[in-house]
Amino acid sequence: MSSVPLLSLIIFVPWAGALLLASLPRLGAPASRVLALAFSLSTLVLALAALGSFDCASTGYQFVERHGWIGALNSDYHLGLDGLSLLLVLLTGLLAPACMLASWRNIPDPRFFGLLFLLLQGAALGVFLALDFFHWFIFWELSLIPAYFLIKLWGGPRAAHAAYQFVIYTIGGSAFLLLGFVAIFAATGTLDFVRLASLGANGALGAKLATLGSFWPHAVFLGVFLGFAVKVPLFPFHTWLPPAYAEAPTGVSMFLTGVMSKMGVYGFLRLLWPLFPGPLHAASVPLVWLALGGAVLGAFAAMRQTDLKRMIAYSSVNHVSYCLLALFAVSSATGRSGLTSEAAAAALSGTLLQMFNHGLSAAALFYCVGVLETRAGGRRDLGGFGGVQTAAPVFAGLCGIAMFSSLGLPGLNGFVGEFLIFRGVWGLVPWAAAVACLGLFATAFFLITFWQRVFHGPRAGAASAEFADLGRLDLAVLSPLIALMVILGVLPQLQTMLFNPLITMWANHLNLP
Amino acid sequence: MEPRVAYLWLIPALPLLAAGVGCVAPRNGRRLAAGAAIAAMLGALVLSCFALHLALADPSAHLVYNFRWFDLGNGAVRLGLLLDPLNGLMCVMVSLVGLLIFIFSLGYMDADENFTRFFCFLSLFAAAMLCVVVANSLLLLFIGWELVGLASYLLIGFWFHRPAAAAAAKKAFITTRIGDLGFLLGLVWLYDTTGSLLLYDGGNGVLESHVLGDLATQVLAGGLAASTAIGLLIFCGAVGKSGQFPLHVWLPDAMEGPTPVSALIHAATMVAAGVFLMARIFPLAAADQGLAAAPVHVLTVVAGIGAVTALMGAAIAVAQHDLKRILAFSTVSQLGYMMLALGVGSWVAAIFHLLTHAFFKALLFLGAGSVIHAAHHEQDIRNLGGLRSPMRATYATFSVGMMALTGVPFVFSGFWSKEAILHAASEWNVSHLPLYAGLAGVVLTAFYMTRLLCEVFWGAPRSPAAAHAHESPAVMTVPLVVLAVGAVALGFLGTPAWPWLQSQLTGEAVPAHSLLEGGGLMALSIVLVATGLGAGWALYGRRLRATAGADDPLAAAAPRLFAFLGARMKLDELYAATVGRLNTFAAALAVILDRWVWGGAVGFLARFGEFTGSVNRGVDEGGLNAGFDSISERIRGAGRAYSRAQTGETHGYLRALAVAFVVLALLALLGGGQ
Repeated sequence: MSSVPLLSLIIFVPWAGALLLASLPRLGAPASRVLALAFSLSTLVLALAALGSFDCASTGYQFVERHGWIGALNSDYHLGLDGLSLLLVLLTGLLAPACMLASWRNIPDPRFFGLLFLLLQGAALGVFLALDFFHWFIFWELSLIPAYFLIKLWGGPRAAHAAYQFVIYTIGGSAFLLLGFVAIFAATGTLDFVRLASLGANGALGAKLATLGSFWPHAVFLGVFLGFAVKVPLFPFHTWLPPAYAEAPTGVSMFLTGVMSKMGVYGFLRLLWPLFPGPLHAASVPLVWLALGGAVLGAFAAMRQTDLKRMIAYSSVNHVSYCLLALFAVSSATGRSGLTSEAAAAALSGTLLQMFNHGLSAAALFYCVGVLETRAGGRRDLGGFGGVQTAAPVFAGLCGIAMFSSLGLPGLNGFVGEFLIFRGVWGLVPWAAAVACLGLFATAFFLITFWQRVFHGPRAGAASAEFADLGRLDLAVLSPLIALMVILGVLPQLQTMLFNPLITMWANHLNLP
Repeated sequence: MEPRVAYLWLIPALPLLAAGVGCVAPRNGRRLAAGAAIAAMLGALVLSCFALHLALADPSAHLVYNFRWFDLGNGAVRLGLLLDPLNGLMCVMVSLVGLLIFIFSLGYMDADENFTRFFCFLSLFAAAMLCVVVANSLLLLFIGWELVGLASYLLIGFWFHRPAAAAAAKKAFITTRIGDLGFLLGLVWLYDTTGSLLLYDGGNGVLESHVLGDLATQVLAGGLAASTAIGLLIFCGAVGKSGQFPLHVWLPDAMEGPTPVSALIHAATMVAAGVFLMARIFPLAAADQGLAAAPVHVLTVVAGIGAVTALMGAAIAVAQHDLKRILAFSTVSQLGYMMLALGVGSWVAAIFHLLTHAFFKALLFLGAGSVIHAAHHEQDIRNLGGLRSPMRATYATFSVGMMALTGVPFVFSGFWSKEAILHAASEWNVSHLPLYAGLAGVVLTAFYMTRLLCEVFWGAPRSPAAAHAHESPAVMTVPLVVLAVGAVALGFLGTPAWPWLQSQLTGEAVPAHSLLEGGGLMALSIVLVATGLGAGWALYGRRLRATAGADDPLAAAAPRLFAFLGARMKLDELYAATVGRLNTFAAALAVILDRWVWGGAVGFLARFGEFTGSVNRGVDEGGLNAGFDSISERIRGAGRAYSRAQTGETHGYLRALAVAFVVLALLALLGGGQ
């Protein structure tokens, strides 16, 4: 292992930035912004450094850091990076500076904002890198506190209630998660993810939990499941999401949808699935229905929204549901005779691609709505605009690419993930792929309607007066995201090479304990 | 393997590059954008000719170049390029017609302020269409297919400030997307079953015999072969894209786009992509033909849909008043003929008609564009008239296109390709209904085209716009002439006496027959064409429309039928009342579920939490705290009483001290005395 604790740096450099901002109470607004941006950029730099020496062919954890920590809990300070976490760290590294830039203007007290944002960023990274439940859970919960204040203090008129609901709901889920892991610790005496995963794979985890009582294996699975289901969110645990995403300031909405929703999916992939392959398989048919509910009803609900941010929020429910659909389909087919690994590999690759690609497109779309909102003096209703394409052609072009990426147009990044998910799910649970098509249709419908109402037609509403096209700051936020949408749409190999060996291993070792 | 096939990617790449140039060109960079687009199309045309030459060297071979796109699991997702006579011809057709339409657009779009954007989108379209054509992978084909849809969306909505154009663009995208979802499911099914989406891959491609054999023998529930289900799903995509019933409704609305777009995309090339797709995967679609027990065959469905579309499009075209919409329904009808040909098993006839149709329909649309351009964007045929003498070149070339479409015998290409289709339909042993539909369509086609020609070009101008019309510039008329030549000459490539095209496409020598082979059918269709022309002339030519407001003679004769056809058989209304309502209902349901059921459950839990909290508080305050409070109140009372003594005044304390001292002293004295 390298002598530089790279993963610790990835997590703690943003926190060091937060500490620095906290210790400089008199720092002026411009300097705070620059400082916060610089620290939030650190993730991208360090992640690229990690990418440089990452061994793509290996499936194990790399850059592992492990130090004894709390003997009484048998808990180590344990960090590690594999293809899945690397992908998400890269995504965080890309989005965090974009979110900071998106919050460059119209944000009072940028020092405090930057401080909270860096705390949030570090906590999210901790979730993606920690391999021991004890500090993993600290990161998981600590991400909520800055998110709460970011929504409440800088959000819209109903932000206080939305933030309150978001935090209470998520903490409610996490409480079950914590109880579940307390029981796991009681049964196994370890909180290490790697060890727990191997116990999960051979069925020992369930057997040990059963020694506590026959009720416990189910209860613990349910508790852990609830924690992640609320976080993602899985339908029907999603009702906190539209208000939270809609009321948050633009930069925070981008981070919530781009990174925080991935924390939940990550939890499913890293913990729930490896630890509880049996119970997940047993529950998979209802879970496939729930994922379909999110994919289809989420998209149909988006159709009825007049607040553009709520519309994009519902579209996020739809998109992350595809990730879970693929995972549940894999779990459902596990153990079936004659199952080939190809469909599972496609579904799982699709999940990972969709996580990354949805992060890019949803963040870009939230930013575009933010652009509309700023130009229109706070309006962001579907009927409040018209002919924006005439007024701001560059904006229309970039927003159009983000929109088509989101609806899965081939040639842009969103298509690859969705195609693989459909290909995989078809091979595993064909009827589910057929039902999920309704979601694709509805997504196209509401996005194209959004485009027609806002960008097409004669100039109207907020766009009838002066409506500036994108400025340099806007371009700085959007152009890297848009460029990646095109590049990754043409060359998905850039993504799949990071995780294909890992996915292949998963797909080749599908079995029930 | 032929190494030159690997360079096929250049054919779509050139227009793509031009699209990139057009995208970054400044608004006033008109020469740059148009120059790049036309140069790229010219380059693509030259390369396509080389490619066709290469393909014709051995017509039976499928030259392929396959490559890895990205790693997936133990294998990889692979894409590929293909060259055979079918797509060689398609490449040449697309790039030649495209080039002519690009040149025409120089004149037609001259006054438009978004000239550069127009050429950018046109180039994007050409790139995507050529990608569809050269693909050796259904996935790559699908990528191009969707990008073609994007370009179509962008170009229909090119004048997006007009609400009608914006609505038409949306309708086109959504309607074709419905078909594309079927296509997508067909793809993933095929991928899952065969492990590949490559068409030809050294024996492992999905169009190669042993894979097809597997597909046809895999039987699903209901006796359906896997290949039937997959073929029908893929056909959904073709139905959407090629304007087949019941998804044809977007195509007439697409005429909101600029006329060169209507010519290129919505007549000559893109809408023919569905026909091309079905011809491309014909071995797959026909794989279930050997299964006598199958409840349905792919080709039977294709033939049925094609026949319905051919007849319906022609019937609706009779009662339209908009110049471009008449041509649009004519396109719907002609695409129906092509599907009909495919369905009855003659994909070669379908492609023959596709090629000839591309020329004469592009010619008709560009002729219409020339008229519309000259008549200041007047396109209601009732308001035109009398354009024959001011627009001689347009009139002459338009008449050629009209006769080719109608199928005027022996000289015009449309005659030969339509004969090929009818001939194939007459030999179909499943049913003769498609043949009858096709024959009825022939009469209607001749009829509505005669009506169109009479109303637009004959008689006297019926509006100031028509009266002031003058011939379009050479940049517009020269492409018309070139297309007119094609509309005549192309037919001779596929006559029964010299079936060159048929031999090249199938890669086998097709025996030549007498020119008048199948003479009975041919005579019948000639009679039918003459009937249509005669009826058209009798109703519209003999007594020319006098004023714009005069009743259509057909409307006077059968007002209800005419109104029904004029309202496009009310299909749009039917869809709005069914699918549209269902959609709205589903969306409303999703929102209601969210707000009242899921949100309601969460709200209930929150209320429950609050209630528990308030009960808790009541017990605490009323019960526990009350007891605690009363005790503390007593302690406080005692303390208060005690604290009254603590006055803080020194005199008082001293007094107390003195009193205490005296008392203690007295006690001591008294006690000590005892």
